[in-house]
Amino acid sequence: MIKKPFEGVKVLDFTWIGVGPRSISYLLYYGATAIKVESALRPDAVRHATPYKDGIYGLERSYRFAYLHPVKSYDITLNLNHPKGVEIAKRLVGWADVVADGYTAGTMEKWGMGYEDLKKIKPDIIMLRTCMHGQTGPLAKIPGTGFTLTALSGFAAITGWPDRPPCGLYDAFTDSVVPLFNALYLITALDYRRRTGKGQLLDLSQHEVSMHSIAPLILDYDVNRREPKTKGNRLDYAAPHGIYRCKGDDRWCAIAVFTDDEWLSFGKVIGNPAWTKDPKFATISGRKQNEDELDNLVEAWTSKHSPEEVMALMQGEGVGAGVALNLKDLYENPQLEHDRCFQELDHPEMGKLSLYQPPGFTLSKVSYERHRPPLLGEHNEYVYTEILGISDEEFVQLMEDGVFD
Amino acid sequence: MAINEGMLSPYRVLDLTNERGFICGKLLGDLGADVIKIEKPGGDPARSIGPFYHDIPDPEKSLYWWAFNINKRGITLDIETADGQAIFKKLLKDADVVLESFDPDYMDKLGLGYSALAQIKPQVIMTSLSGFGKTGPYKDYKAPDIVVWALAGEAYLTGDPDRGPLSPSFPISYIVAGAMQAAIGTMVALFHRGITGEGQQVDVSAQLSLVPFLGPEPPALWEQDKTIIARQGRFLRRYQGASAAGKAAWVDAPMLYECQDGDISFVAFAGPGVGESTAALTRWMASEGMVGETLGAVDWMEFEWQTVTQDVVDEITKDFNRFFKAHTKAELFEGAQERGIMIYPVFTPKDMLEFSQLAARNYWVKVEYPEGEAAVTHPGPFMAAVGAPRAANRRAPFIGEHNEEVYLGELGLSRHDLSILKQAKVI
Repeated sequence: MIKKPFEGVKVLDFTWIGVGPRSISYLLYYGATAIKVESALRPDAVRHATPYKDGIYGLERSYRFAYLHPVKSYDITLNLNHPKGVEIAKRLVGWADVVADGYTAGTMEKWGMGYEDLKKIKPDIIMLRTCMHGQTGPLAKIPGTGFTLTALSGFAAITGWPDRPPCGLYDAFTDSVVPLFNALYLITALDYRRRTGKGQLLDLSQHEVSMHSIAPLILDYDVNRREPKTKGNRLDYAAPHGIYRCKGDDRWCAIAVFTDDEWLSFGKVIGNPAWTKDPKFATISGRKQNEDELDNLVEAWTSKHSPEEVMALMQGEGVGAGVALNLKDLYENPQLEHDRCFQELDHPEMGKLSLYQPPGFTLSKVSYERHRPPLLGEHNEYVYTEILGISDEEFVQLMEDGVFD
Repeated sequence: MAINEGMLSPYRVLDLTNERGFICGKLLGDLGADVIKIEKPGGDPARSIGPFYHDIPDPEKSLYWWAFNINKRGITLDIETADGQAIFKKLLKDADVVLESFDPDYMDKLGLGYSALAQIKPQVIMTSLSGFGKTGPYKDYKAPDIVVWALAGEAYLTGDPDRGPLSPSFPISYIVAGAMQAAIGTMVALFHRGITGEGQQVDVSAQLSLVPFLGPEPPALWEQDKTIIARQGRFLRRYQGASAAGKAAWVDAPMLYECQDGDISFVAFAGPGVGESTAALTRWMASEGMVGETLGAVDWMEFEWQTVTQDVVDEITKDFNRFFKAHTKAELFEGAQERGIMIYPVFTPKDMLEFSQLAARNYWVKVEYPEGEAAVTHPGPFMAAVGAPRAANRRAPFIGEHNEEVYLGELGLSRHDLSILKQAKVI
């Protein structure tokens, strides 16, 4: 068997909700060992989140928690408000290569586990810290959410129809953007440590990383004092460029025509009706000038066909088109099936779970592994007695003292 | 030779990507890799993407190019010619990574596919980004950004409920998902090579990369009772478990509100801990006499979205709407910070550039461009790394700016060679 790249890398995971777990997941897909530190008194908040398996509440029954933890991890409960709890956490730091912290700035310091403290325990530790505004500055300690960050990072302002206020993106979009930056920097820091022996603090502001995605719009304001406009589905250098109504209930297909050659192919697909020969549509500037009329004509055609048919016909002639897939469609999509997007795994309480968050890439020499989410405190005994070497008697005593609450 | 000092400084990257993959090489360059952007002679077609510096549509003035090609050097090379391919193979000898985002079989057709490159340099990592990856039923499909957005399930969930699916007006499918996964995959492969010595191919699908952006909610509701959720626009939907009929039940409350001069984001969290923000807002509203009977009766520490009716939510929303409409973005933001309320403006770039938190962290970087009267502001270091050098910032390259540095200084070509290649339009 080929060795997984991160085999032997140990992660002590103090993160919760969405961003932190997804940030370290790339290490876990490829062989790292992680211990997720929870508390029975205050489990990962997503364990409480609806919906639950069979609609019955339970800490092991939240679908959201399951989807956010598709990788193998040990799970322990530890009461960090108990002095002995902090002592044990610090011993685990000695075990770890990476400590991941997703709390609001200052929380780890409260427990005596800021970066400087960790460095004393393990000089080459890598500490990944991810919070809304970073660890410094006047707003460092303000808690954040992905909803807020989606507004702060510009994603909300760039999505909408021109005749309405921006409608923003679905759900907490930056909760998906940020983990990719975090993962990139974390792996980079591990590679740097592998070569130099040096650890470091990665102080990542979720706001700061997200804005990189829309950098040209920031330059546009800086240089030209222009604010972005919402344009519906239109793009300055393509027409038709939209998501058009198709036959069926709430069925839609995206079509994008960039070049005049693609325009001719588009005409061919729809049977070259007279209007496609109108000179006013012959060039990109003509199509842009008459775009309202063009979009109506396009939709008059698409609405007579299923989106699958539109996509197949367009792609068959080299015109970019794609069905606006809903969730059911995603499960049935042949390309996603080919890429093993969804993988069914057994869960002790939830039964069969179809986990769906694989890496977006395939490596030719290394495969990744998914795993069902860990149960709360599932590995207490293993971690405390086997990894830390706590004796059975002491383990029982600490349990009775409430250290593992 | 100007190589950035940074965590990835030992690595050299040959970057053949188009606009779909620019940010991948840019981030590796930010982290210190020596990234050489290889353009077609005459310049990369993506230099025609606006906006432009002072609105002058010139390939050297594309702000899109500037933003995503900072921290790279730039050379021109036509890899469709035999001479160009020979030079590319020479460049490969000192390179660690090749990035490309052409159609899936383009590099193979040129004889520059992974297996050909691995024969010359077995340790090379070749990262290919495309709409659907190199295999599978859609591999030859055209994959412009909006098509990826649709086929990843994002479009169906984006937009107002009374209109069709929507995509961002600034296309981001490749930028936020595919190109990021390309960077992560490249780093996993580099780490693997550090241990084993072997290179490999990284095949990235933009569709597969974007699907997880749906988050955990849509599949959860599907698993629960086969509910297919659609567009919710400016609203956040709170699910209340399955109804008596076995179908999902919910209430809708806004997460975006209009204020006097724009929009703000506010989510009315309830319950211990998180409810304090909403309670503080209610107190602020009460001090201005803008709390109605229904809202006045709510204790945000006890309130449960799980059991509330839509009528109650609408009453509460009416008060929030009225209060926000009576204030400006700045008033709400400042007042919220003083009171510990999670109200944030819907930021535009202007708001970002004026945001005090970013200034306090020295986030923005001024980059000098020769013809500019002033330096241009770019998003800056994404982290304050302690214990590792931070990459310096260099502006995006002009067309062929580093041809001499690379071809003469590093590859050992003569001026005579260079002159011939230039006249033959190879560089």
